[in-house]
Amino acid sequence: MPQDITIKITDREGLVHEVQAPTDMNLNIMELIRMYELAPEGTVGVCGGMAMCASCQCYVLNDVVTLERNPDEEAMLWEAYHVKENSRLGCQIPITEEIDGLELEIAPEQ
Amino acid sequence: MIETDILIIGAGPTGLFAVFEAGLLQLKCHIIDALPQPGGQLAELYPKKPIFDIPGYPEVLAGDLVTNLMEQIKQFQPGFTLGETAQTIQKLEDETFIVTTNEGTKHHAKAIAIAGGLGTFEPRKPILKDIEFYEKEDRGVDYFVKEPEKYRGKNIVIAGGGDSALDWSIFLSNVAKSVTLVHRRNEFRGALDSVEKVQELKSSGKIKLITPAEVVGFKGNERIESLDIEVNGARMNVPADYFIPLFGLTPKLGPIANWGLEIEKNAIKVNNALDYQTNIPGIYAIGDVNIYPGKLKLILCGFHEATLMCQSVYQRINPGRKYVLKYTTVSGVDGFDGTRKEAEKAVVKSID
Repeated sequence: MPQDITIKITDREGLVHEVQAPTDMNLNIMELIRMYELAPEGTVGVCGGMAMCASCQCYVLNDVVTLERNPDEEAMLWEAYHVKENSRLGCQIPITEEIDGLELEIAPEQ
Repeated sequence: MIETDILIIGAGPTGLFAVFEAGLLQLKCHIIDALPQPGGQLAELYPKKPIFDIPGYPEVLAGDLVTNLMEQIKQFQPGFTLGETAQTIQKLEDETFIVTTNEGTKHHAKAIAIAGGLGTFEPRKPILKDIEFYEKEDRGVDYFVKEPEKYRGKNIVIAGGGDSALDWSIFLSNVAKSVTLVHRRNEFRGALDSVEKVQELKSSGKIKLITPAEVVGFKGNERIESLDIEVNGARMNVPADYFIPLFGLTPKLGPIANWGLEIEKNAIKVNNALDYQTNIPGIYAIGDVNIYPGKLKLILCGFHEATLMCQSVYQRINPGRKYVLKYTTVSGVDGFDGTRKEAEKAVVKSID
């Protein structure tokens, strides 16, 4: 079985959580946030992961993952609030072995 | 006062299918939805995206599923109160309910089925000075297209870059005097055929496109007369009778949260061992809006919950009456409109 990876996530209250994430379940960061209930249900992943609501917007805090957004994500973030240069949509970041050690902060509610 | 057996709050797939199951039990339904069209998320968020886990459909577009559900329930003649939000509920002495919408429409029902999905979709509003003034009393700012006829012969400015901005620009280009589409980027994000159609209408001069641009202000005393639009740092003024910002919708549980229902994780707690009833007898919650141990927010689970809810309402309305399950294949479907659907009789004939 592949080893879990570690992701550090700062929630909307500023609390830092270090969580273990499985890499063999086809998960993404939005789903990981929901799995560990790091934000109340209904405030994250509202559209289910279609890059259509920006409720899972995160700020990427280290260079473990690229800041390059896919076209859907880019279009959504153009219309979202609180967007910074290091904004990504959690639902568009798949959890793979390559992102071990990723540090993120969940952006404020839309 | 609208009279019905089951008042369904939410016209998404779960709410629509509940009409069918209720109809089989001879129960009449009426549906309230905050959006101007039925379909809920499927119609509003992703009508052109496929769903792969509806039993019996290897693949179905969300919009087509809504169309099919509407076709499936039409003989049960559901009533609709669209574009209004269920605001208050009152339980009467005879255990029936009166639900009043934000526009004052009253509904009297024997049972309530909340099929509210993620909640009421509220429009995301642009942050603009005085927008609260102009969005009231038909002063020119609309967040939904409810009655397209009202835009006939008018100058319309639509803002947004998604499917609804594209689709309404296309539609209104045949109705309005002029349609101007404003978007912050040059790229639009929508179904390819919609993008191509707008391109075509732009080329033929039927839609005016202003990108990358943003509406930054209004002019007009009683109502909107023109809009200030910023294009690449420069300002221009465009005459407009209506401004329709289509920046997507955010779901909120809304007034239902104050109905005294037990809420957990932004969802309504129900009894999943029996009938999806809430802590208030006679009020049920089905589909994505409810929560119970092991809950999955899937359309197919909503269909199941709707079916069991209808059985419970039947018992509530007809206490003590025995119900025998019938298969539609065997007994057919008798609509309230007098139509009957039934299986063709098999041929009894010898084979030589």
